[in-house]
Amino acid sequence: MAIDPKKHEMPSQDPQVRAHNFNEVALGYEEATALAEAARCLNCKNQPCVAGCPVNVHIPEFIAKIKEGDFEAAYQIIASTSSLPAVCGRVCPQETQCEQLCTLGKKFEPVGIGRLERFVADWHNDQEALKANPPQSNGHKVAIVGSGPAGLTCAGDLARKGYKVTIFEALHTPGGVLVYGIPEFRLPKAIVAREVEGLKDLGVDVETNVVIGKTLTIDEIFDMGYEAVFVGSGAGLPSFMHIPGESLRGVYSANEYLTRSNLMKAFRDDNPDTPIMKGGKVAVVGGGNVAMDAARTALRLGAEHVYIVYRRSMEELPARAEEVEHAKEEGIDFRLLNNPVEVLGYQNPDDPRDPKNGTVRGLRCIKMELGEPDASGRRRPVPIEGSEFDLDVDAVVIAIGTSPNPLIKNTTEGLEVNKKGGIVVDEGGLTSREGIYAGGDAVTGAATVISAMGAGKVAAASIDEYLQNK
Amino acid sequence: MYKVVRRRSLKPTVTQIEVEAPLVARKAKPGQFIILRVDEEGERIPLTVAGTNPDEGTVMVIFQVVGATTEKLNRKMEGDYLQDFVGPLGNPTETEGIKKVCIVGGGVGCAIAWPVAQEFHRIGAEVTSIIGFRSQDLVILEDEFDACSDRLIVMTDDGSYKREGNVTVPLRELLEAGEKFDMIITIGPLIMMKFVTLTAKDFNAPITVSMSPIMVDGTGMCGCCRLTLHTEDGDVTKFACVDGPDFNGYEVDFDEAIARGRTYFDYERKQHDHVCNLIKQADELKANA
Repeated sequence: MAIDPKKHEMPSQDPQVRAHNFNEVALGYEEATALAEAARCLNCKNQPCVAGCPVNVHIPEFIAKIKEGDFEAAYQIIASTSSLPAVCGRVCPQETQCEQLCTLGKKFEPVGIGRLERFVADWHNDQEALKANPPQSNGHKVAIVGSGPAGLTCAGDLARKGYKVTIFEALHTPGGVLVYGIPEFRLPKAIVAREVEGLKDLGVDVETNVVIGKTLTIDEIFDMGYEAVFVGSGAGLPSFMHIPGESLRGVYSANEYLTRSNLMKAFRDDNPDTPIMKGGKVAVVGGGNVAMDAARTALRLGAEHVYIVYRRSMEELPARAEEVEHAKEEGIDFRLLNNPVEVLGYQNPDDPRDPKNGTVRGLRCIKMELGEPDASGRRRPVPIEGSEFDLDVDAVVIAIGTSPNPLIKNTTEGLEVNKKGGIVVDEGGLTSREGIYAGGDAVTGAATVISAMGAGKVAAASIDEYLQNK
Repeated sequence: MYKVVRRRSLKPTVTQIEVEAPLVARKAKPGQFIILRVDEEGERIPLTVAGTNPDEGTVMVIFQVVGATTEKLNRKMEGDYLQDFVGPLGNPTETEGIKKVCIVGGGVGCAIAWPVAQEFHRIGAEVTSIIGFRSQDLVILEDEFDACSDRLIVMTDDGSYKREGNVTVPLRELLEAGEKFDMIITIGPLIMMKFVTLTAKDFNAPITVSMSPIMVDGTGMCGCCRLTLHTEDGDVTKFACVDGPDFNGYEVDFDEAIARGRTYFDYERKQHDHVCNLIKQADELKANA
């Protein structure tokens, strides 16, 4: 049988429709499509795809089980190395990881590994009876700081080995960036809740409303009888551009904008307690996945027009290809090689009490051109003198990154951080303090869900080795 | 869930509650705050810690009913539960080396100023407290301040109780008379803190202001609570939740903070009306049942 040169398409909501709702964009494969896509896998011996996965999912094996129609077995293969299959199947940048290395991809489109992973995970989650049981306890207690992708992965791996794991989460809902950052239309919150429930079935405790560095310190966690701590506290404080007008009403950090909409449900129409600006024209500054999420959220909140303002060109744009594609289909206006220089505010000269005073009325930008490569290897954007122009907008969302939260560093003696504030770790995730491990954005600065999961996995293995030899 | 163990109405719209939160009670110091959510769908609001009882594991907060969330909070009686209660957040008020302090509180800000005054009193500092209110029916915590102050001055804007005028009047008099404070600490409405700062400036007196901007997470993630400080090294962005809430009054850009504080004014007023209507309807249903 000839191999289909193309991946089976992912059914999605129509762009015109989905641009106005928060329901999930990608709808997932039907069983027949999954079987047909699985049939494209060559099951090659050297398995290059596995090396591309930060958590080493045994990809050809799980796809082989799909071919046999044994979806639960396929799920168990994924779950043996990944704590969050339904999440990864949705938000991983597969095109630069497993699928990039797929043998089939040399000649045709690679196997839709992410889509198959999602199919298997969703199938499993639809089977009510298939609950995991906590494994035999090994008597050791481990604490995890933060319930984002790094923490959940580390917790899952350790729980499966019999450790008694407690996750401390600062916010009121577990999931970290999976609940406050990534929007509903890309990762439904019910899926995250389901994955957290799965960990609880394994015996993991989740303590919300505990801010490590405030409510408890890491040293107090050790005093409570925990033998090791994994810090996966995430990316932290948003960066700003330090241009005039950045504190005007209507200027948001992406973290604030997305947190209001996702975690606090400001997107809903039924009088949510947490407000957010809806409608108008919105400019989102930045070119990463967070910028795409913010822009597409703005559109769904009723914005008439949404710009992405990015200082480099499409080639350097760091967001996942699929997100850029989706954003374009939905009508997001990409203004590339543009850099903001000032947020313009409204001030009524005749009425100092005008309620609109101090609100955003525009974003002044300057055009850029690409010069020589910089330290990151990308061509450095250089402003074109005298090319300033104004975009007429009512809100600006700044999505240019974050810097690590100082709370843990400031309250943990002997914990070394680098000059950007990221926690310093060795290749096994060990920090400068015995028994304290770290991973994810708290170490690397803002990166991807899957790289955080990879770091959580590595640290779990190190913690296991440390406690077994202690 | 966090149990309301005691509730006391200080004024029709000002309420004091004590909430069971042992981990917070063990750690909280004057000047720090907590974030709570009243119910499953609620917003996160920051409230300053007004006191703690570590043995009992309770934390006291005082709030004024100003919007939908505080309206709902005000409906929680002893034995009821709050959805979430997290803290202590922010940094405690700096007390080290301060022997003589003037505390200037305005309105419900006095609830925040009170534990600070108590702490200075406890460490043996000489405490002058100036507390101001719009009118007599809004005066709170007078006896409590009296108990921890060496000198207490109560002001009302309309003169309906004690001295007439705002808090800057007696502060200016004291400074003009040559009083030297190691620190003036002011807590209250932004516009009041701005003018207290300007008054102190005339005498080059050191001043700390306690900022309470709009927050969402309160743990250094969202950046909503940012404010601009005009420092010797130029303008810097600081976050009230992790860098504050106390700042050097001379550096704070008050006008910007005032404008940012108004961001959701209209929405909140609408939301408050909406919640009040719902409560009224529920009460009527109950009455007719």
